[in-house]
Amino acid sequence: MIPPSFGYSAPSSLPEALKLLAQHGDEAKILAGGHSLLPMMKFRFAEPGHLIDLNRVDELKGIREEGGLIVIGAMTSESDLIASKLLTQKLPLLAETALQIADPQVRNRGTIGGDIAHGDPGNDHPAIMLVLDATFVLSGPKGERSVPASKFFHGTYMTDLQASEILKEIRIQPFAAKTGYAYCKLKRKTGDWASAAAAVVLTMSGDKVSTLRIALTNLAATAIRAEAAEADLQGRPLSDANIDAAAKAAMAICDPAADLRGDVEYKTAMAGEMVKRAIRLAATRCR
Amino acid sequence: MSKQLISMSVNGKKLEQAVEPRTLLVHFLREQLNLTGTHIGCDTSHCGACTVDVDGKSLKACTILAVQCHGSEVMTVEGLAQGGALHAIQDAFYKEHGLQCGFCTPGMMIRAYRLLQENPNPSEDEIRIGMSGNLCRCTGYQNIIKAVQHAAKTLSASGLKVAA
Amino acid sequence: MNASITERQAALMGMGDSRLRKEDARFIQGKGNYVDDIKMPGMLHMAIVRSPFAHARIKGINKAKALAIPGVLAVLTADDLKPLKLHWMPTLAGDVQAVLADAKVHFQMQEVAVVIAEDRYIADDAVQAVEVEYEELPAVVDPHKALLPEAPVLREDLAGKSEGAHGKRYHPNHIFTWEAGDQAAADAALAKAEVKVEQKMFYPRVHPCPLETCGCVASFDPIRGELTTYMTSQAPHVVRTVVSMLSGIPESKVRIISPDIGGGFGNKVPIYPGYVCAIVASIVLGRPVKWVEDRIENISSTGFARDYHMSGELAATKDGKITGLKVNVIADHGAFDSCADPSKFPAGMFHICTGSYAIPSAYCRVDGVYTNKAPGGVAYRCSFRVTEAVYLIERMVDVLAQKLNLDKAEIRARNFIRKEQFPYKSALGFEYDSGDYHTALKKVLDAVDYKGLRAEQAAKRADPKSPTLMGIGLVSFTEVVGAGPSKICDILGVGMFDSCEIRVHPTGSAIARMGTISQGQGHQTTYAQIIATELGLPSEVIQVEEGDTSTAPYGLGTYGSRSTPVAGAAIAMASRKIHAKAKKIAAHLLEVSENDLDWEIDRFKVKGNDAKFKTMKDVAWAAYHQPPAGMEPGLEAVHYYDPPNFTFPFGIYLCVVDISKATGETAIRRFYALDDCGTRINPMIIEGQIHGGLTEGFAVAMGQLLSFDEQGNIQGNTLMDYFLPTMVETPRWETDHTVTPSPHHPIGAKGVAESPHVGSIPTFTSAVVDAFAHLGVTHMEMPHTSARVWKQLQASGVACE
Ligand SMILES: Cc1cc2nc3c(=O)[nH]c(=O)nc-3n(C[C@H](O)[C@H](O)[C@H](O)COP(=O)(O)OP(=O)(O)OC[C@H]3O[C@@H](n4cnc5c(N)ncnc54)[C@H](O)[C@@H]3O)c2cc1C
Ligand code: FES
Ligand code: FES
Repeated sequence: MIPPSFGYSAPSSLPEALKLLAQHGDEAKILAGGHSLLPMMKFRFAEPGHLIDLNRVDELKGIREEGGLIVIGAMTSESDLIASKLLTQKLPLLAETALQIADPQVRNRGTIGGDIAHGDPGNDHPAIMLVLDATFVLSGPKGERSVPASKFFHGTYMTDLQASEILKEIRIQPFAAKTGYAYCKLKRKTGDWASAAAAVVLTMSGDKVSTLRIALTNLAATAIRAEAAEADLQGRPLSDANIDAAAKAAMAICDPAADLRGDVEYKTAMAGEMVKRAIRLAATRCR
Repeated sequence: MSKQLISMSVNGKKLEQAVEPRTLLVHFLREQLNLTGTHIGCDTSHCGACTVDVDGKSLKACTILAVQCHGSEVMTVEGLAQGGALHAIQDAFYKEHGLQCGFCTPGMMIRAYRLLQENPNPSEDEIRIGMSGNLCRCTGYQNIIKAVQHAAKTLSASGLKVAA
Repeated sequence: MNASITERQAALMGMGDSRLRKEDARFIQGKGNYVDDIKMPGMLHMAIVRSPFAHARIKGINKAKALAIPGVLAVLTADDLKPLKLHWMPTLAGDVQAVLADAKVHFQMQEVAVVIAEDRYIADDAVQAVEVEYEELPAVVDPHKALLPEAPVLREDLAGKSEGAHGKRYHPNHIFTWEAGDQAAADAALAKAEVKVEQKMFYPRVHPCPLETCGCVASFDPIRGELTTYMTSQAPHVVRTVVSMLSGIPESKVRIISPDIGGGFGNKVPIYPGYVCAIVASIVLGRPVKWVEDRIENISSTGFARDYHMSGELAATKDGKITGLKVNVIADHGAFDSCADPSKFPAGMFHICTGSYAIPSAYCRVDGVYTNKAPGGVAYRCSFRVTEAVYLIERMVDVLAQKLNLDKAEIRARNFIRKEQFPYKSALGFEYDSGDYHTALKKVLDAVDYKGLRAEQAAKRADPKSPTLMGIGLVSFTEVVGAGPSKICDILGVGMFDSCEIRVHPTGSAIARMGTISQGQGHQTTYAQIIATELGLPSEVIQVEEGDTSTAPYGLGTYGSRSTPVAGAAIAMASRKIHAKAKKIAAHLLEVSENDLDWEIDRFKVKGNDAKFKTMKDVAWAAYHQPPAGMEPGLEAVHYYDPPNFTFPFGIYLCVVDISKATGETAIRRFYALDDCGTRINPMIIEGQIHGGLTEGFAVAMGQLLSFDEQGNIQGNTLMDYFLPTMVETPRWETDHTVTPSPHHPIGAKGVAESPHVGSIPTFTSAVVDAFAHLGVTHMEMPHTSARVWKQLQASGVACE
């Protein structure tokens, strides 16, 4: 399996990358970790004429705190997310998720930006971005714009990113104290995409739910927020019956594609199970 | 597409070569440098037979372009033994019968080499997770795990610091 | 003196020694020599244009765009092969197979054209540039539907042929009917039975998927008229015979070399169109041509395994004595019958399906059927169709136990062939060589505390709040391996013997060459150990070579666990010829008669005089310098071993599984495997083979599946979907053994590499079904993926809501 021929540039700054992108127009494709793009090229599903490799653009890498927000460069690898002390303290959900993506070698290469920009409903970061209410900073020929995660994912392989734009960074509010979180992912084997997965961020006041966000992976054309399920639990205690009701509400919005991981019925049922697991696990962490 | 000149260090040797941008690192190593120890098992970044070490990280060489490694330090199975002496990991795979057909072995060992630097004393579970990007069809893994444990012991006993 | 005997014994590193592997040195240093590692001056690269449709007519092929790409030398289609009469080739099963699709494609990913280019990148570009116009035809993927009167005729080339290689064909899509046993007797047993059970089961299509795909480098030397081909082949000598027959090049000018092979598991037995095309291309272009398939091509088009739709019936008494067995199978062979079975056995050794049990009457019938799927039917880490047979009988016995409310272990013990019944003639015609099933079963049950496990299970079943179901699987399998006696077993008319040639050099080292070829089994190590013990020469100085048809004696290759039973015997017999000559030389040197000599480990010594002896090493020197008058100098022998019978390794496997009621996920808590492979040559290697076989069995039972949609599109043909477990999923294996040597094998060895695959698969199913047994479930189809198990949880009303 060999990719078709293409030209290659490795800019060392974002402006240079944007310039190359403008220059090569529709022919061009951004190369990040390459672990979605290169396989697609080897299958010849994608045949870009020119690759613009962002791996030498240092300003797109790394995790920092800025103005009370956590800012993650698009070119930060999954391994870097896992290793980050800052994230362990302020947004441990990200490392928990990254550890469930692929395998060590792939995680050394794959980037959070690529995982998001690819628009694959099977990718894990989009649901995480939804529960974290992340903001994406997109750089384009006309400057920067910010798009909330909730407005970014339009459909399978379709996002708000324009061909002339580069996802620069991701901005996320760090967890408040006593925020519970979980990402529960059911998969066939290590390294697989989710058969069903649920991300949860939760805070409690007393024994009642104070804030709750739930999002699902690989259960519709994009990652989806389970808002009705969230509403079901709002202000209520996490009793078994209440959690079951929320799981049912989450299942109701699922529209998964049947594949070798399972049929629609199974995936939908597993969405419910993952929601339950994630809520319960998150609750244990609200301390 | 016109070729681009790249330079890198492979197993400690500096070299400069012209490559097509689409040349995959694994083909560059195997075809251009004749380092055929790195294998291809799946073409889709699932099997790990093509695992090499680039700038201190384990990567799958079937899913990275040779041009992307311009300026990098690459290590393959051929670089494990030093000065005619087997690396502790090679010795351990031999002693623990950690290989059968040998096709996964270079990728396994080069991953184990890095794993033991990331975590010099891994538990069995940490080995299983740390090596989950490498498939073997022959051994059932049990002896590979033993081999990694064996190598960990040898390395820590000898106090030898494997080159980082 | 005794100490020194032990030391001498140890120094040989002979049979029974866990000798470290000789082959490892090159593999651990990245110096293995696999087909894709081979480079020749001027070598070209071939890639294959494949059909996107499962069934279609080819209306036209336009090569122009491909040929216009710089670096492309040729594009070959069936029309180009026709003048050479190579567009079709004979299969090992007596059918023909299209080398390149001739006017019609019969399965998705079938070979339609090949391109040959200066490098593999250009070749891949050219594949994309070849334009093929197809007219799609309705595809038949279900073998039952293929046999309906209105089914489309798949093999138009066979139109009007009512007779195939194995007798009558009753439908254009029917290949053969094969029967064994006595139908009337089995029917009578069923009619009279106090208890009857019936079970249908499907053994799905799977693929052996060795980590190295298939490929070759063909090099024709037009000046010498010689063809050399490096090939991923488990049977190089057979390939040479076929290539010679096809090409007309004398066998003496065809050289097939199987270099290091990255796993085979049956996948590398057949002869593939890619090999043939690369050879043709090399002859046509006069340059070496390399072809190496990618993983998707490998899974989609090369030898699959299984695909047996089976139904079994057991007759039994009320107390669980089995009185009769009847089996019917619809075997999906895909588009061409290219199974690699001994010629007279189109369903292989499926008639081992009476298993470890003394079943007085039995009958089985297998019908082979064409469908629009890739051809194959290889022995995936098993002897020909033994895996299917063992699965069937072990499932049936479980079903019967459930019906009678008898424990699985108990029903097996009641039906085992008893130790004193061996050699045992089975109702389907095998003569089992040896076995001691009761002892092995007891050993396993004690080791795992079977009673304790059953008690724990009962408690879980009684507790509706338990988040898991617990299942215990038990299997007592008998394999038939070592094909085989040439009076009944041949491939293309060549008897299934195997061979060994040993030369002992003057200084006491030796080289041995065999007709087999290792794909990871460690032949270089274990074969030397047999010779070491037989000849008293240290295994360290014994060089073992195989795989090169120009140097090795003819042999049928390595598959069906035949290396130890057949080649292993040839090694022992060749050694014994040398030993006999050596004894004469020793007698001459010691000036005594042969009868006055005793053999002790590494030396002949004069009876009653320990100080007077000649070691084998001394004898070797003498054989070249002072042989007895009238004796030919030298110390070498060749032996072609034609086994008098198969060997019958067996084992008892037990598995404990926990199933999540919420997700259907399975966790193998325990897997205990006791194997009896007769004499153990190298325990370390045996243990390794068992781990590997169990892991492959786990993969098959729990996840592997090649499925097809209605249009015949193959599903899941990459390693994303096709289940090869990682270290994380793979269970921890516990192994054990008993030793019941084969009485007819020179060293008593039976072969082991495949038992764990054959035996473990029904064990997993047995365990998964057992978790549901109290709910009335008697069978569940493989693979036991979470999604499927969850469906059963739902159906049985125990899924967590
Ligand atoms: C074996 C295997 C298993 C995997 N399992 C999982 C899994 O379980 N979960 C999961 O989430 N993912 C999984 N992946 C996908 C992996 O995480 C990819 O790395 C990820 O989807 C894409 O990130 P990348 O950095 O590799 O991007 P690339 O492949 O380089 O790019 C992907 C796409 O995004 C575009 N793009 C990338 N970065 C930018 C940017 N900054 N701005 C604009 N466009 C950009 C590219 O042009 C391309 O179209 C797996 C991959 C493999 C090979
Ligand atoms: S060939 Fe690279 S991961 Fe399999
Ligand atoms: S030793 Fe054969 S694949 Fe691992």
